[in-house]
Amino acid sequence: MSKYYLGIDLGSTTSKAVIINEKDEIIGRGITNTRANYKVAADIAKLEAIYDARFTLLTQKLEAEIAKKPEFKKYIADTRAVFQYLQFKHRVDRLTEELLKSASTMRTESKDLVVDHIRNIMDKIVPEIRNDFVEGDLATKNEFFRDIVSERYNREVELIDKELFESLLLAYDKSITPVENEMVKYDFEKLVYEALDILDEKYNGLAEESTAGESLGFDVELNLLKGNYKQAEDSLKQHIGDIARQEIHIANMVGTGYGRALLPFPDDCIKSEILCHAFGAHAVFPDTRTVLDIGGQDTKAIQVDSRGLVTSFHMNDRCAAGCGRYLGYIADEFNISLNELGPEALEADRETNICSTCTVFAGAEVRELLNVGEKRSNILAGLHKAIVMRAMSLLARSGGVRNEFTFTGGVARNQAVLKYVGQMVAESYGDDIVMNIHTDSIFMGALGGAMFARRNIEVDLPAKKRKAAKAV
Amino acid sequence: MIIQKEMIAGLFKDLASVKESGKKVVYTFIPGNLSELIRSFDMLPVYPEINALQSGMRKKSGEFIREAERHGHSEDVCTYVKCDVGMMIKGNIGPTGEKLPDPDLLLLSYTGCFTFMKWFETLERLYPGVPVALIQSPYQEDATITPEMTEYMVKQLKEEVIPKMEEVSGQKFDEEKLKGILKLSAEAEDWIVKIFDSTKHRPSPIDAYFAGVYYIGPINIGFRGTQEAVDYYKELYKEVQERIAKGLGPITPEGVMKEEKFRLVVEGPPNWTSFREFWKLFYDRGAVIVASSYTKVGGVYDYGFRHDSEHPLETLAEYCMNCYTNLNLPQRINLLEKCITEYHADGYLTNSIKSCNSFAAGQLMMMRELEERLEIPVGFIETDLVDPRYFSYSNIKNRLESFFEMLEQRLLIEQD
Repeated sequence: MSKYYLGIDLGSTTSKAVIINEKDEIIGRGITNTRANYKVAADIAKLEAIYDARFTLLTQKLEAEIAKKPEFKKYIADTRAVFQYLQFKHRVDRLTEELLKSASTMRTESKDLVVDHIRNIMDKIVPEIRNDFVEGDLATKNEFFRDIVSERYNREVELIDKELFESLLLAYDKSITPVENEMVKYDFEKLVYEALDILDEKYNGLAEESTAGESLGFDVELNLLKGNYKQAEDSLKQHIGDIARQEIHIANMVGTGYGRALLPFPDDCIKSEILCHAFGAHAVFPDTRTVLDIGGQDTKAIQVDSRGLVTSFHMNDRCAAGCGRYLGYIADEFNISLNELGPEALEADRETNICSTCTVFAGAEVRELLNVGEKRSNILAGLHKAIVMRAMSLLARSGGVRNEFTFTGGVARNQAVLKYVGQMVAESYGDDIVMNIHTDSIFMGALGGAMFARRNIEVDLPAKKRKAAKAV
Repeated sequence: MIIQKEMIAGLFKDLASVKESGKKVVYTFIPGNLSELIRSFDMLPVYPEINALQSGMRKKSGEFIREAERHGHSEDVCTYVKCDVGMMIKGNIGPTGEKLPDPDLLLLSYTGCFTFMKWFETLERLYPGVPVALIQSPYQEDATITPEMTEYMVKQLKEEVIPKMEEVSGQKFDEEKLKGILKLSAEAEDWIVKIFDSTKHRPSPIDAYFAGVYYIGPINIGFRGTQEAVDYYKELYKEVQERIAKGLGPITPEGVMKEEKFRLVVEGPPNWTSFREFWKLFYDRGAVIVASSYTKVGGVYDYGFRHDSEHPLETLAEYCMNCYTNLNLPQRINLLEKCITEYHADGYLTNSIKSCNSFAAGQLMMMRELEERLEIPVGFIETDLVDPRYFSYSNIKNRLESFFEMLEQRLLIEQD
């Protein structure tokens, strides 16, 4: 039986889980927003990683066939999307229940009206979200339950009588947290077959539409699929069933991240995020000597030796102004989503000078700048630059940037941050510094954790091995 | 420990009864303290720095600092100063609960810390009319003490410090008496060096930082040059020898440290407001400090300096100029390098102090240099002396845990 290893990185903003195989290859990733109940966050990330692992195994198993039949790939991707929707559906139904419950216990005269509105809102947004999952590309966007629902719920609330605004939001705030903190275990097999049924409907519909003579446009894979989805389904169903029943045996796990002490793991399965990030980054880019990790509430500049061992590190003190939270705060100030920040900042024609070293003060600065008519994208560019400057100072304190330089953490997904890190590293340390960014940058800590789990440090280290050999 | 407590209690009792005894009181600083000279005039010393750190340990400093800030001292001012000033404004109740006597002389031994000057300017205003004697130790800019520097110091002693002490105490300067005191100083210093050298052993029988600050207590609070101090250190040395013989590790507030996992050299003063919690973060993980720069602020004896009774004024001068904070940065690096190598440290940790310029300046550069020279793993944390607002337990814990794990990983891989 194959052995798998799990790493969980419980960060301040997101919780990540990574499952690797015995070759240190990532086969499963899971991510969710960190919430009041850490254990639930960790469990959700872990479950997601296991589901992801099943789909990865499925894809690996069918590699040869997929290469020949691109429609198989599409079919698997669609199955995943619908599978995600079904998980979502379960939670959103619970949310509706909670919403109605908290609205009906309100002590306002307009209670009944609030209940009606909630019903209407949910009746409207749930099918909409279903459509976004099943027909659209919501599943590939990596959005969390809370974000998906909040965005649409708030939009609907805006349209309703202002007098009910408070009550509707209050009901929401009261309901979302308990729902989010609930741990739900799904039966993978059952859910995946349900997903196949929904897909059945979808493709049936598509096939009919297409015979009615409508063109479905440019999607080659989809076009291939709509004619012979039955065939794809028949050949894949068996494999999906096999994978669903396969046991994913987690041989060992390691927890890291700022909430690691709260994980119900034994002491030797808890590692500091410094070591995990460095180890993960070094594994992916073996020539790494300096690692910069910008996470939700801390920034770490880490120096490693050729073996991936940390030689020194520096973390931000006292203020989170150089971290992801700063971006979150700014996004709130501008009332845009975190994902929109970077792209908009990239549209700037110059960077407004933001002197703020304090997250909260930056808010005041931003309002003042908007007041005097500064362009939004320029301000955003300035804010991104300010963050990177904080990180650069930390890097300098930790001993500078050595070749190669690897950038990890959630913030490494932000293109504007990447741009300024690249610029400033080149300015201060020369153009020839190799800068590594990986699409899995946010998972580096969890990956490092999983790798430590696989090495089971106590028995697997060279020194211990030598000792064991001597003893024999 | 018991002897030490008695000694300190005795000193504070003497201080509380100066009205009856008629003894004169000198306020002065630890780095470059002229304890022997003060003692030769039968005066009693008060160390505002010690009072501040004691207030910190007794959880009183927060209140004193806020008091000083109410009187206009900025947030960035040295927290020893603010704690001390706040305590004086609030009635100058000392660590034992008894009121400390007002100063009869402010002896400003100005050694490596610029804030000392401003501190005593403030005290001068708090105690109008009290004479101030200033002695300025030239900084070891070129890593050496020239004959001119010593001459300059001796001149200050002769022309400024001694005349003022004679005036305040009403006694003539007695060189023979001073010589006798200095002899005892040298003797105590010999024992101290031996005690701190015991960390060469594995396991180290003492912790040279957290317990070290207790061990240097007697010589730093005015007992240098007394028979009591000599006896104390002899006794302590005996105890340390016994620990070595029995293979015992250092004593912690929770008993003997079980397993020595990491040997560290620490740069920078400890945090006093959460001293116990701070210490616990180390001994819980099996980390023992085998040398620290902080235990050298009251005198650097590592290179063989001992008070020389044959040249009383010159030796006092040399002592002042040799204080840790009066060494230039390359000298400090060399000293730390010697400690790391001789005591076989596994790691080097900097505790940077938010409100202390004389310690914090250069710490990063020193750390980088040692890292490069010795390829030793280094760690950096930031706390404060006595401002409880700057001790963030979870942040310190997180950084220390990472540091220890980093050492652990390295030791596991490197051991044969």
